[in-house]
Amino acid sequence: MAKDDVKQAYKLVGTRVLRPDGLDKVTGRARYGADFAMPGMLYGAVARSPHAHARIVSIDASKALALDGVKAVVTRADLPEGLTGEDWNLQENAMAGEVALYDGHAVAAVAATSALLAKDAARLIEVDYEVLPHVTDVDEAMKPDAPVIRPGAADHTVPDGMPPNVVKYFEFGRGDVEAGFAQADLVRERTYRTEATHQGYIEPQACVGQLGSDGKGEMWVTTQGQWYVRKMCADLLGLGVAQLRVTPSEIGGGFGGKTTVFMEPLSLALSRKAGGRPVKLVMDRAEVLRATGPTASASMDVKIGMKADGTMTAARAEFRMQGGAFPGSPVNEALECAFAPYKLAAVEHIGYDVLANRPKAAAYRAPGAPMGAFAAESLIDEMARELGLDPIELRLLNVVEEGDRSSYGPKFKRIGLREVLEATKVHPNFSVPLGPNQGRGVATGFWFNYNGDTSVSMAIAEDGTAQVAVGTPDIGGGRASIGLMVAETLGVPYEAVRINVVETGALGINEPTHGSRATFATGKAAVLATEQATREMCRRAAADWGIDPDAVEWVEGAAQPAGPNAGKFPPMSIAEIAGNMSNTGGPIAGHWEGVPRGVGASFGTHVADVEVDPETGRVTVLRYLVVQDAGRAIQPDYVEGQYQGGAVQGIGWALNEGYVYGADGRLQNAGFLDYRIPVASDLPMIDTVIVEVPNPGHPFGVRGVGETGITPPLPAIANAVAAATGVRLADLPMNPPRVLAAIRSRMDD
Amino acid sequence: MRYHTPQTFEEAARIAATGSGTTRFLAGGTDVLVQMRTGLVTPDDLIDLKHIPGAYDITQAPDGGWQIGVAVSGAALGEHPELGRAWPGVVEAMELVGSTQVQGRATLTGNLCNGSPAADSVPALVAAGAVVRVTGPDGTREVPVEEIPEGPGKTALVPGEVVSALLLPPRGAAGGDAYQRFIPRTEMDIAVVGCAVNLTLDGDVIRAARVALGAVAPTVLLVPDAAAALVGSHWDDGARARIEAAARAAARPITDKRGTAEFRTHVAGVLAGRVADIAYRRAKGEQT
Repeated sequence: MAKDDVKQAYKLVGTRVLRPDGLDKVTGRARYGADFAMPGMLYGAVARSPHAHARIVSIDASKALALDGVKAVVTRADLPEGLTGEDWNLQENAMAGEVALYDGHAVAAVAATSALLAKDAARLIEVDYEVLPHVTDVDEAMKPDAPVIRPGAADHTVPDGMPPNVVKYFEFGRGDVEAGFAQADLVRERTYRTEATHQGYIEPQACVGQLGSDGKGEMWVTTQGQWYVRKMCADLLGLGVAQLRVTPSEIGGGFGGKTTVFMEPLSLALSRKAGGRPVKLVMDRAEVLRATGPTASASMDVKIGMKADGTMTAARAEFRMQGGAFPGSPVNEALECAFAPYKLAAVEHIGYDVLANRPKAAAYRAPGAPMGAFAAESLIDEMARELGLDPIELRLLNVVEEGDRSSYGPKFKRIGLREVLEATKVHPNFSVPLGPNQGRGVATGFWFNYNGDTSVSMAIAEDGTAQVAVGTPDIGGGRASIGLMVAETLGVPYEAVRINVVETGALGINEPTHGSRATFATGKAAVLATEQATREMCRRAAADWGIDPDAVEWVEGAAQPAGPNAGKFPPMSIAEIAGNMSNTGGPIAGHWEGVPRGVGASFGTHVADVEVDPETGRVTVLRYLVVQDAGRAIQPDYVEGQYQGGAVQGIGWALNEGYVYGADGRLQNAGFLDYRIPVASDLPMIDTVIVEVPNPGHPFGVRGVGETGITPPLPAIANAVAAATGVRLADLPMNPPRVLAAIRSRMDD
Repeated sequence: MRYHTPQTFEEAARIAATGSGTTRFLAGGTDVLVQMRTGLVTPDDLIDLKHIPGAYDITQAPDGGWQIGVAVSGAALGEHPELGRAWPGVVEAMELVGSTQVQGRATLTGNLCNGSPAADSVPALVAAGAVVRVTGPDGTREVPVEEIPEGPGKTALVPGEVVSALLLPPRGAAGGDAYQRFIPRTEMDIAVVGCAVNLTLDGDVIRAARVALGAVAPTVLLVPDAAAALVGSHWDDGARARIEAAARAAARPITDKRGTAEFRTHVAGVLAGRVADIAYRRAKGEQT
C-alpha cells in the first residue's frame, strides 16, 4: 500500500493536533464578517432588480433621501467609467448600468443610521424598468432566436457564425478520434445536464468599508483573499491599490465563492459619498442566493470508445455552460478534468461559454470538474456494465501514471491514482452485500491543485516562540497545517508557533485560499521563510563560537556544530539565541515571496451505496467512501474533514440542490428551505482513506486536498442510482420526482 | 406597530376588531416573526396571546377529550405523558415541524392559522376530528378544523376572531392515528405530500375512519372516499389498493418547485397506504 512509501521521520507532521481556532469558534468569540463594528458606522442596503432582464429607464431616490437618517444613495453613476475586461464585468455585476441582467442584480444602494432604516429606504428607491425578453437555460441561450444578453461580448476565440450568447470557445485535443472510435468494440454517446448549485457557505457576505475624500480606505470583510478584494475594489472605484487596506475576518465557509467581490465595493462607494463614515453591508440569505456567484449549469455531450476488455480507444467531450450574464463559466476546466484519469491516445474537447440571465458565476470547489466527471464517469460506468467489467479494474486498465501525457496536455509527474484505486478495491465498504433496491456506484475525479502568488513572513519572538504572517485565510485548516510544518522545521513544539492571517498592509500580494493551495503554497513559503530564519540563527551561533556559519547546522530547535571538525560546542537553543538577539544583530526573521513551483495533482475515487424507494423515488445514501491521494496529510483530521465536506457537497448537488427558475426568469428557491443542502441526518458517516503518495515538489510532500473530494460524488451517486433502479438519470439533480418518473417510465416500457 | 398583551381572548378579539390596519396574532411566532423579518408583512397591531391564562395548558376533560392552549409548543406537546398515547398521529405530525429550536415555540394553533396547505399538523388534526374554539365579537363558536383553511394563507376566521383553544375528541377504545409526510430530506423541510389516517376497530375490522391529505390542494383535504375504502375491511391488500386509489383521485395538486402534480398524486396514494397501515397497527395496540 501507498502508506509504505511514507517516511515516519516527523515529530509533528501527520499528528492530530488541536485546532488553533477551536476555542474561539466553539465559544462564539471568533469574529466573522458581520461581527465588525466601528464608531459612527452606517448601515447599507441594496435595491435589486426583480426582473431577469430589464432596461433601467430611470432611478428616483428622492423618497429614500428624504428619510431622516439616510446619508447616501449610490447608483452606477457614482462609479468610474471606462473600465474594461474583467474589471468592467465585476463593476457591472456589483451595480447594473443600463440593463439589469438577472433577478437580484443590484441597481442602487443606500446608507443610513440603522439597518432597518436602510432597508426601508432601499424599498423607497423607485426604478422604472422596461422588461426585456430573458433566457436562463444554457441550451436555450444558444438558440439563434434567443434574447441577446450582451451584443459583441464574444472574444477572439469564438468563430464567426456562432450564436451571439457564446462568448468564449474552446477546442483542444490530440490524436485521431474517429480512428479511435473505429477501433473500439463499443462506442456510446450520451448527453448529460447539471443544474447550477451554490457553495452554500453558512456565513453570508459581510463587510465594513470606509473611504475618505483623500482616496485612502479600509475594509473589514469575510473573504478567501484580501488582496483580491483590495485590487478589485480599488479598480472598481478608481483608487490606488495600495491606498486601500483590507483585513479579513474569520470566515464561515467560502468554497470558492469568496474569492471575488459582489456588494463589497458598494460599501466603499457609500462611505465616500457619506463623508467617509464607515458603512456596513451584510447580505441576507436570499441576496446570497440571488446575487452572489453559484457555479454554472451545464449541458454536456460525451462519446467514448472501448475495446471489449475495457481499454479506452478514444473520447470526445462537447460541453456547454452558462455562468450567468458574464463570461467565465468553468467550461474549460470541466473539459480538462473530464478524462484526466485515463490514458488516451485520441481525445477531443470542445467547449462553449454562454451568457444567460443569471447571477455571475463564481468559483465553486474544483470549478467545472464535478460536471465534467458526471458526464464522463456516468458514461464509463454505463459502458462498464454493458461490457460486464468491474469498475475498478476498468479504471486500473486505463489508469494514468507518472510520465503519461494527460488528456489536457501536460505530462503527469508523480501521481497516485493507481494507489487510490488499489486502496479502494480492498476497503471493506466495497464488499458489503447489497439488498433489494440498493446499488453501488464508483467514480473517479481529478483536480490540478495550484500554487499562485504567495508572500509569507515569519519572525522569532524574544522567548524563542515564533509568529508567522500568512495571507491565505484559514478555510480548511491552513493555520494548523502551516503551524505544524513551521514547528517541525524550527524544531519547536506546535504550541510555540502562532499563525496569523494578516491584512494587506502586512505582506506582499497573495492570491486567495483557492485552488487547494494554502497548505501547498503558503506552507512551502512558510518552510522556506523559516529556513531563512534558522540560517540566521546558525549564523548568530557561529559568530558566538567564532566558527564559519557554514559549519553550523540547525537540529531539533538548536544550532549545533555540523561535525567534529567544526569545533566542540554545546547546542545553542532557539530560546537562547532569541533571548540574546538584541545583542547579536537584532531581530531574527525570515520571509519568502514568489510562486512556489512543484504543484502535485491529486485523484480520488468514491464508492457510494444507495437505496432507492421505488414508490417515491427517494434516494438514501447508505454508505459512502472517499479514497484520495493527499501527498502528505499534515493534520489528518483536517484532511478527512476536507474529504467529507467535498463528498457531502457533491451528494447535495447530485440529489436535491439546484437553482429553480420560474417562467418569469426569477429564482424560485432563494432560501435554504427550497435550496436543499443535505442536513446531517440525511447522511451516513463519510468513510475516508488517506492515500499518501508524496509530492516531490513540496518539502513535506503536500498536494492539496480541498477540491478533489467534490469531483467524484455526482457520478458516484448517479452510478449507484442506476445500479439500484436499472434506470440511468442523465440530468441533475436526481430529486425524488425525477427518480420516480424514471422508474415509472421504465415500468411502462 | 402596536404590540398588545391582552389578558383574555375577549380582549384580544376586541383589539383585533377595532384595529385599523393589518393585524397579526402572536403565539409561537415561528411564522409571523419570520414574515415580519423578511418584509412579507408589517402588522399595525401585533396581539400577543401568550399572556392569556391557560394559553400554555393541556387539559383532559372528564369525557376523555383534550383542550390544548394556543401557546402550547410542539416540544410541550411531545413531552406530555398522556396525549401522545391517545393521539400519536397528532403529536408526531406537530413534532415534524421545524427544528428543535422551532419546536420550542411553534404551536398547533399557529400551524393551522398560518393557512398553509402543507402544514404538517393540520391533516392529523382533521383526521382526528379536532375542533377549534373561536372567540369573536359575537361570542364563541366551535368550528371543525377542516373548515378553517380556505386557501394558501387564507382562513375562515373573520376580522376580530381569534382561535382561543383547540379541542381533540376522546380517543376511545381500539383507535389509532398516524401522520407521515414526504420530503426530499429527512428533516427541516416542508411537506411535498402529507397524509393522516385515524381509525377505530371493531375486532380486526375497521369500523370508522377519517383520512386527510396535505399539500395536494389549496387546502388540507378531508377525503371521505379514502375513509370509505377502509371501513368494513380487515386492512388487507384490497383495502390498501382502494385507499391508494381514493387518495390519488382526491388529490388535485399543482406542479411547483417542490414537486410535480404527477409526483404528488402518486405519492399521495403511497402515503395513504403506508399511514393507514401504521394507524391500523396502532389501533390493534402494536408498537409502531
